[in-house]
Amino acid sequence: MKSNLTNEQVAERLQKQFGEHIKSVETPYDFLTIEVDAAKLYDIIFWLKTDSELQISFLTNLGGVHYPDSEGREFAIVYHLQSMVNNFRLRLKAFVSKENTEVDSIVDIYAGANWMERETFDFYGITFNGHPDMRRILNEDSMDYFPMRKEYHLEDATREDKDDRFFGR
Amino acid sequence: MSNWMEEKLHDSGHIEKSTETIDGDIATLNLGPTHPATHGIFQNVLKVDGEKILSSEQTVGYIHRAFEKLAERRPYNQITPITDRLNYCSSPINNMGWEMTVEKLIGAEIPKRVEYMRVIIMELARIADHLVCNSVIGVDTGALTGFTYVFQEREKIYELYEEVCGARLTTNIGRIGGFERDFSPTFYKKLDNFLKTFPKVFNEFDSLLSRNRIFMDRTIGAGPISAQRALDYSFVGPNLRAAGVDYDVRVMNPYSSYEDFDFIVPVGTQGDTYDRFQVRQEEIRQSLRIIEQAYKNLPEGSYKADIPEFYLPPKEEVYNNMEALIYHFKIVMGETPIPAGEVYHSVEGGNGELGYYLISDGGRSPYRLQFRRPCFIYYQAYPEMITGQNISDAVLTLSSMNVIAGELDA
Repeated sequence: MKSNLTNEQVAERLQKQFGEHIKSVETPYDFLTIEVDAAKLYDIIFWLKTDSELQISFLTNLGGVHYPDSEGREFAIVYHLQSMVNNFRLRLKAFVSKENTEVDSIVDIYAGANWMERETFDFYGITFNGHPDMRRILNEDSMDYFPMRKEYHLEDATREDKDDRFFGR
Repeated sequence: MSNWMEEKLHDSGHIEKSTETIDGDIATLNLGPTHPATHGIFQNVLKVDGEKILSSEQTVGYIHRAFEKLAERRPYNQITPITDRLNYCSSPINNMGWEMTVEKLIGAEIPKRVEYMRVIIMELARIADHLVCNSVIGVDTGALTGFTYVFQEREKIYELYEEVCGARLTTNIGRIGGFERDFSPTFYKKLDNFLKTFPKVFNEFDSLLSRNRIFMDRTIGAGPISAQRALDYSFVGPNLRAAGVDYDVRVMNPYSSYEDFDFIVPVGTQGDTYDRFQVRQEEIRQSLRIIEQAYKNLPEGSYKADIPEFYLPPKEEVYNNMEALIYHFKIVMGETPIPAGEVYHSVEGGNGELGYYLISDGGRSPYRLQFRRPCFIYYQAYPEMITGQNISDAVLTLSSMNVIAGELDA
């Protein structure tokens, strides 16, 4: 089915509404990807949901990404949103630094964000302000590190019999 | 049967009242982690007043296997077996969803025949998935007959998988770029046989439960959710459709040539156990229609795409042909260049939109791979759905939501 909205249209509306809080607009594989200010995430997601034209009112997915080498932008929080009415998908990204891994929770906009945010916290240690129950979800509570961060290798880092250069990264 | 609604409405009042019952006792009941009625390992701590559930707290993660972390160390073709273990009732859909994601990333052109072959396998998987779910709803209401009856048919679907890929449950079916071999004559024979016998068996199963007074009394009104709440909780698939939203990835964002087929997206109205059951029943019929169309119109052509740098060459070529040997070595050692990029691809899995969010930095394995697991996302609505209901309804709600521990815990 065809989408009722175009990437340009949505990007333009967002830029008009939020101005300098929209950091960049890309369309990799024809999927509108917008980087926004982490502080403005809540407002933007709320606006997208309530805007009568866009109606981007379904949270598809939420997760984190770790970029240990990019200074000040170590963690990305990625939201996949979708408008079922207009058949349009949108990816929102926000970056936070490793010193301040806090963003606003969107649980009161989307009830389904609850566990997705807990999972992101569990894996990356990104905390969501205003979340009703910010605990680990898949790993046990006593764990004292965040396993999806890139510094934790899958295999024992002290192993010397395997040279990573010969096995990919 | 409408008193569940009143109870829901007077929810808070009910809790107040119940503390003042004769002995005023509120019991704590552990439903799970290992309990025959949960069909998987997850825990629900229920606060109950007699039979009525006052609140529920969930613990998940008992079989967490860190798939997303594992995927960051594996070459792309070795991630397919991980996806088997998400929703293991319909692993071919997971496998093919992943393969299509990688094909999207590398920009591979897939022959029409492969797409139709995939549709046949994926719809068989959907039938198997829904059969398990619906027959288990029957079991939880006390009707074991239907379960034993349709499991024979599910066995036939597993034999079909076996004919294509050699495995039954964790299938690892297909390859990036197509299939490892074409459908064999035995496959067609078995498929013919299945298409002939299944509708009869299925109709009998349907007549056992669909209009069965006891079954209806047990399931109508059990674990309902409104369309608005379902959307808030990011419900997808049969559970969302049972609440009345006609969203299906196969229609909205067709993949693998789904736009070529004529089928109906069934929707319910109440979002309760009975509607979920009926939606899945109808989807089985529609899947059969799709299989028949795909089988009848199966195009001629190759069973694999022409992407030698990603698709393992046949063994006899590896031993006799220099180029094939090089490609074989490169694929096995993960030396194939993969474009850097960011892809989101979703398929309509047994439980709804199963998404793959893949970030590639050009390395041999994904930089980040996230599975959008429908179970994990909609299971959090469970406490809301069962509060004010009976314990037996909670068990039914759980099985009708088709919560699969593998997909829940990744």
